[in-house]
Amino acid sequence: MNTHPTLPEFDYLRPRTLAEASEFLSRHPGEARPFMGGTDVLVRMRDGFLTPRFLVDVKGLDGTNELRFDPRAGLTLGAAVCMNRVIASAEVRTHYPLLAEACRSVASYPLRTRATVVGNLCNASPAGDTIGACLVLEGVLHVHGVHGPRQERLGSFFLGPGKTTLEAGDVVTAIHFPLPPKGCAGVYLKLGRNQLSDLSIVGVTALGYPDSTCLSGYRFRLAMASVAPVPLVPVEAERHLASHPITPESLREAAQLAADACSPIDDVRGSARYRRLMVRNLSAMALAQVWNRLTG
Amino acid sequence: MALHEIHITINNEPEQVAVPANMTLMRMLREKLALTGTKNGCSAGECGACTVLLNGEPVNSCMVLAVECDGARIVTVEGLASEERLAPVQETILSEGGVQCGFCTPGILISAHALLQRNPNPGEDEIREALVGNLCRCTGYVRIIESVKKAARMQLPAG
Repeated sequence: MNTHPTLPEFDYLRPRTLAEASEFLSRHPGEARPFMGGTDVLVRMRDGFLTPRFLVDVKGLDGTNELRFDPRAGLTLGAAVCMNRVIASAEVRTHYPLLAEACRSVASYPLRTRATVVGNLCNASPAGDTIGACLVLEGVLHVHGVHGPRQERLGSFFLGPGKTTLEAGDVVTAIHFPLPPKGCAGVYLKLGRNQLSDLSIVGVTALGYPDSTCLSGYRFRLAMASVAPVPLVPVEAERHLASHPITPESLREAAQLAADACSPIDDVRGSARYRRLMVRNLSAMALAQVWNRLTG
Repeated sequence: MALHEIHITINNEPEQVAVPANMTLMRMLREKLALTGTKNGCSAGECGACTVLLNGEPVNSCMVLAVECDGARIVTVEGLASEERLAPVQETILSEGGVQCGFCTPGILISAHALLQRNPNPGEDEIREALVGNLCRCTGYVRIIESVKKAARMQLPAG
């Protein structure tokens, strides 16, 4: 076995405009891929799982390098903004600390110089560490397609492992986050094979905030990594917490509902049974931590 | 496969290189420019032996295409020292015994150097976090961490 396989042959293009990128990608469906930080696509090409004829470098196209916070409109993260920039941004750390925390859990500093949040979303791995934060913070993707720009909600974006609603010619240019709910607290708990840098065996993102329209007075949003074919939002657990008074018992029940919603697989990182149990335990821990911060 | 002509600044020297699209920055450094201080460990962004500075920030050069680097500034381990002096972390990795087989050392030096540039006085947790992507199978890391701490002390103004 060749332990240092080289990348298969392909050609590299750097279009000057989004329209040019979309046009080229749409003319080569299945052959051309948008290329961002490459941290996933190059590994999969090297291992022979992907053999694109063209990589279309979309870094640096119109506005994709922008990280902009507006106190009324929220946060816009350009598609080419790397995770280290997200972590280093004072505005992200102040207003969206959960997003910075999720980015920090990804691989290593040198990898995060290249890895992007938008790339993590488009890659659509069920294990994507930043996807949970993007889901609970209600991120909306800005997509440039052959018919012009449009927006995509993340709730319906993921179709399966590596599969999204994106079509040939689509380039995600940014993700936009509305202002986070007033008084919210969030946490990302990641179980890896070591403390830092590994892929998640299970990841649980939880966000809670006061909401007078719920019977409990609080609303919680949850997202689970590595436990289903797509990043999973356990709606039953969220409903349970909205409609029951928040007590240690109702938090535990919600954690069990989150575990029940999962359909994990056995793989090298952990068995399905272990993962389900860990979803229950990590969800209970995450919800308790969020609850303590909301009421502490 | 078509060759792409790129212009880069490598360790402060301008270079012009013709590279195929599928050549990584790591392979270009080693095979086109004979800068073999940058090591090829895993070719998958896991081990950090190929870490270099790209426009001032550390990257795994096995996870970057050479063709993307047109116009970029690159610093490899060969470029850390000046003509007369080693960089502080190079001095201290020697004095603290932070090298055994040496394969991981170029990547460790680049990551540690970059850490000290962005945070001149890192705590032990920050050093460990900055080096999490640089695997060493010999030292057990203790002496490497000590080297970085000592380099930070050397760089800080006295007092």
